[in-house]
Amino acid sequence: MGKLFFYVALALVVVSGVLFAPEHAALAIHPMDQFNVASLTGGAVSTFAITNVTLWLALAVICVFLLMVVGSSRRAIVPGRAQSIAELTYGFIYKMVEDVAGKDGVKFFPYIMTLFMFILMANFLGLIPMSFTTTSHIAVTAILAGLVFFTVTIVGFVKNGVGFLGLFWVSSAPLALRPILAIIELISYFVRPVSHSIRLAGNVMAGHAVLKVFAGFAGALGLFSFLPIFAITAVYALEVLVAFIQAYVFTILTCVYLKDALHPSH
Amino acid sequence: MEGDIAQLGQFIGAGLAAIGSGAAAIGVGHVAGNFLAGALRNPSAAAGQTATLFIGIAFAEALGIFSFLVALLLMFAV
Repeated sequence: MGKLFFYVALALVVVSGVLFAPEHAALAIHPMDQFNVASLTGGAVSTFAITNVTLWLALAVICVFLLMVVGSSRRAIVPGRAQSIAELTYGFIYKMVEDVAGKDGVKFFPYIMTLFMFILMANFLGLIPMSFTTTSHIAVTAILAGLVFFTVTIVGFVKNGVGFLGLFWVSSAPLALRPILAIIELISYFVRPVSHSIRLAGNVMAGHAVLKVFAGFAGALGLFSFLPIFAITAVYALEVLVAFIQAYVFTILTCVYLKDALHPSH
Repeated sequence: MEGDIAQLGQFIGAGLAAIGSGAAAIGVGHVAGNFLAGALRNPSAAAGQTATLFIGIAFAEALGIFSFLVALLLMFAV
């Protein structure tokens, strides 16, 4: 009985799709169109044009400000909702920096906290329907990862001098292998900003493209065009998780790189 | 490059690069599964190792991301 019902429903979906589908139904929504950069003031995108990217980047900064500065400005002894979230986030990141980067890494806590809050807010704002996801652009994440890369390299040389190059000289390996390992370590060091930036952009972009692909199915299903909403709801829940985890992973990798710079010996 | 054959090559290459995502999935599953196996043996030590878990996952994922990047370059940049 259940099986028969299933087959009848499937046949109805297919038939209604054929009968009621609009023309070019398969391409009703192109999944990559949501990442188009457009000028808000009209005209072409130029260096100083206000685009949707700059708008949503600014909104992310404003949200961080509202949560961390305005939300906790009352300094209540019994914190309210906003202050609780601000304090929990602060403690969470502080503990992470202390655990991963060590005691002397705590000096860099403001930078790491800023990175985490900014990426988290940009990811979450991008999840609002019809908004723009700034972290899906490699241009945005590459700047963030490049800043981390240069900061870490400069800190490493300032703190340890030439000793920072000991990071590439694996002293626990046999002497004959060390030059080969040094080359591999050098390559892996310079690939760091690439993987660091593309991990964030790739995850966010792929997730949002999947949402739009499911939304595009609606055009081809005719009467049953409400069906993809279930799939979209499930993927959306996953995306909320991914938005947090990618911000966390970006931050924790920053801490790991910082630890390497502060204690370069293997 | 232009033409149908070049486009065919792009699409086939992008599809082949997507295999790398599956390989990264195996790697990430391996990390998470082994963490869970260890965590169930000694649950009291598990909480302190979640940071290591995420670092391991991130490194395993990085190479899958590279294959995704290759697919993107083939689709949109070549």
